[in-house]
Amino acid sequence: MIEIIDVKKSFKEKDVLNGISGTFDAGKCNLIIGSSGTGKSVLLKCIVGLIKPDSGQILFDNRDFTSGDKESQTEIRREIGMLFQGSALFDSKNVEQNIMFPLDVLTNMSKEEKIERVNFCLDRVGLANVNDKMPSEISGGMKKRVGIARAIVNKPNYLFCDEPNSGLDPQTSMVIDELINEITKEYGITTVVVTHDMNSVIEIGEKVMYLYKGHKLWEGSNEDITNSGVKELDDFVFANRMMKKFR
Amino acid sequence: MKSLGKFLIFTGQMFVRRESFKTYLSLVLDECIKVGFNSLFIVTIVSVFMGAVVTVQTAYNLVSPFIPDYVISLVVRDMTVLELSPTIIAIVYAGKVGSNIAGELGTMRITEQIDALEVMGINSTSYLVLPKIIASLLMYPMLVIMSGFLCIYGGYLTSLATGIISGHDYIYGIRYEFIEFNIAFALIKAFVFALLVASISAYKGYFTTGGALEVGKSSTAAVTNSCIAILLADYLLAQLLLA
Repeated sequence: MIEIIDVKKSFKEKDVLNGISGTFDAGKCNLIIGSSGTGKSVLLKCIVGLIKPDSGQILFDNRDFTSGDKESQTEIRREIGMLFQGSALFDSKNVEQNIMFPLDVLTNMSKEEKIERVNFCLDRVGLANVNDKMPSEISGGMKKRVGIARAIVNKPNYLFCDEPNSGLDPQTSMVIDELINEITKEYGITTVVVTHDMNSVIEIGEKVMYLYKGHKLWEGSNEDITNSGVKELDDFVFANRMMKKFR
Repeated sequence: MKSLGKFLIFTGQMFVRRESFKTYLSLVLDECIKVGFNSLFIVTIVSVFMGAVVTVQTAYNLVSPFIPDYVISLVVRDMTVLELSPTIIAIVYAGKVGSNIAGELGTMRITEQIDALEVMGINSTSYLVLPKIIASLLMYPMLVIMSGFLCIYGGYLTSLATGIISGHDYIYGIRYEFIEFNIAFALIKAFVFALLVASISAYKGYFTTGGALEVGKSSTAAVTNSCIAILLADYLLAQLLLA
């Protein structure tokens, strides 16, 4: 479980996060949703330690990540897998080397063990015979899958996904969502997904946190999201015509 | 001052939370190929032509019958060892390797590849920058030595081809009143310039923000700042060690 307590962050004069608190449960897909520019990605980067919050606490299974020293932060980080918005695959490495990278640097596994693990992960994300392909030779959806494979290769306890569906067609988006959900359930990990895609909310949003202008306005499950009673959230959820009709 | 402080913190971070020696070994070898082997062609071309041009121009200026011919190659030798090979090649090196380092790290920054390393618990500064600096320190002095030979040899070939000085006189001038410390001085300069180019370029690339336009700006800034630093260090070293 990940707990965030009163996290604040501002850039120069602009307050981006105004005291966000909440919990992300283990074995569940926890979604952070909101319109563009509401601070979703900043919150995610604060949680994984890429941005230092101005104040507040972030606890990974009761281990304080914000006030810990570099060593303890590194220890927690090695339990983290992350899928970036643009996949962030290393351009100079092929698919196999990309997925194997955390094992190369962070473990003492033998070459055979590493290859076996990489092939297992590739198989798990539904990719085969792409080991030798370079990132520039594969599609956006495949890059996301490779990104997921790299994120789970070192058996993380926490999985973070920043806009996993951006730039993907609705069908591929659904496949990626299902994959994230399956992996979360299979390994019992704490997954946090930042998205503004309502399809993802409907499909995998077991626990949803809604951010609006740097404030947490609502928290609940996808089943309750249509009856939240929060005007800003209703405007966000029923933004498109289809959802309006559904309403 | 703020930039200088940031630069010093950046270089200091390379030496904390390092990965295993084996990891660095393969990275340094890869970087040696990139910064050293891949620079051979341009360094060869520049050096040979530099030697040829310096020989012709020195001969053009030393027209007095009281100055023996071998002085031409003596001038070529001292100019090559003291200035041309370490400094001019450093400018070329900054253009080729410096822009490459800044471009590579800048692209990695804007495509979140550096963030990916940090999230994995890897010290990105140490993992990405330290091998580049070590490789630069290993390879640039070698390039300077090679450049020195090629520059003097370029002058020799020119003297043979044009007949402005005989081969015998050229060799005599090269060996005449040779000061060994000049070689040590050239190598000291090479180490300093290698460190400056690699670290400044890495710093510029590592802190790139924005998009493709900013990566281009970082590459340009890396080359410009490296060249200024090279010339400043060149003057300081000359003042300290030769004056």
